[in-house]
Amino acid sequence: MSLFLTNILLALLWVSLSGNFSPANLLFGYLIGYLALFLSRRAFAPSNYFGVVERLVRFVFFFVWELILANLRVAYEVLTPRHNMHPRVIALPLQARTDFEISALAILISLTPGTLSLDVSADKKVLYIHAMFAEDEEAVRKDIQNNLEARLLAIWRQPPS
Amino acid sequence: MAQDLSAWLIFFGALFMFIAALGVARMPDLFTRMHSSTKSATLGVGLIMLGAAFHFGEIGMTMRVIAIIVFVFLTAPVAAHMLGRAAYFAGVPLWEGTLSDALRGHYDRRTHRLISDEKVEENFPEGDIAV
Repeated sequence: MSLFLTNILLALLWVSLSGNFSPANLLFGYLIGYLALFLSRRAFAPSNYFGVVERLVRFVFFFVWELILANLRVAYEVLTPRHNMHPRVIALPLQARTDFEISALAILISLTPGTLSLDVSADKKVLYIHAMFAEDEEAVRKDIQNNLEARLLAIWRQPPS
Repeated sequence: MAQDLSAWLIFFGALFMFIAALGVARMPDLFTRMHSSTKSATLGVGLIMLGAAFHFGEIGMTMRVIAIIVFVFLTAPVAAHMLGRAAYFAGVPLWEGTLSDALRGHYDRRTHRLISDEKVEENFPEGDIAV
C-alpha cells in the first residue's frame, strides 16, 4: 500500500516537473515511477505490490478480450434469425470466500455477455448463474472456475515475492 | 487523430446500444433479454464515454468519464441481479428452450432463503405464488 502511494507521489512529481497536467502525462509519470520502484525493489521490505499490479493489468486485458468475444457472440445470436442458444440456470460452487471476492466475481460474471449471476446461496457456497450458451453445462462451469475465478482470486491471494 | 478515434468509439458504442435494443425485442424470455440489455448497453455506454473523453482531451472530463464508467459497471450488474431474482420469485417462466434450471426447488418460498445443498420441494409447490 505504501509503495502504491509512493508511486502516485512520483507520478504527481513527474507531472509538476514536466508542467503538463494531462491524463496521458500522468499515466506516463506513473509508469516511470513504477519502473524506478521496480528497479529499486530490493531496498524495500518484500511487498506484493509489483505482483498485484502485474496480475491486475494482465487480468484487465484478459477480461476486456473476453468481453469483446462474448459481446460478438451475443450480437451474432441477436442478429441471426434463428435461436441457436441453449440457456440453463447453473449452480456454480464457489472458491471465493469473502463478501468482496464473491461480489467481485458476481459482477464480472454479470458483465460478461452470455452469463448473468442470479443469486448466492445463504451459506455463500454456491452462486447461481443464468448462462445463454450452455449446451455443455460442465464446460461452462469449468470455464468460469478455471479462467475467470482462478485469475481473479490469484490477483491478491498470491504471496509476496 | 484523437477526433477519428473518438468518432470510431462513439460509432461502435452506438452500434452496441442498437444491438442491445434489438436483443430486448427479439429474445424469447426475461432472462435472455436481460443478457442483451445489461451487457451490450454497458459496453455501449463505456465506448461512447471513452469517445467523449478523447474528444475533449481534458483532465476534468477524463476523470468524470472514468467515474461514470466505474459507476455504470458497478451498478448495472447489481440491477440485473435484483431484477433476475425478483422475476424468479414472481414466477416469470423460462424460455421453453431452457435445458435445465438448477435453482428450481432451492428457494424457501416463505423466507426467501436460498439453500444450496438440500431441496425444499415441499415448500415450493408448482405454480403456487405466495407473496
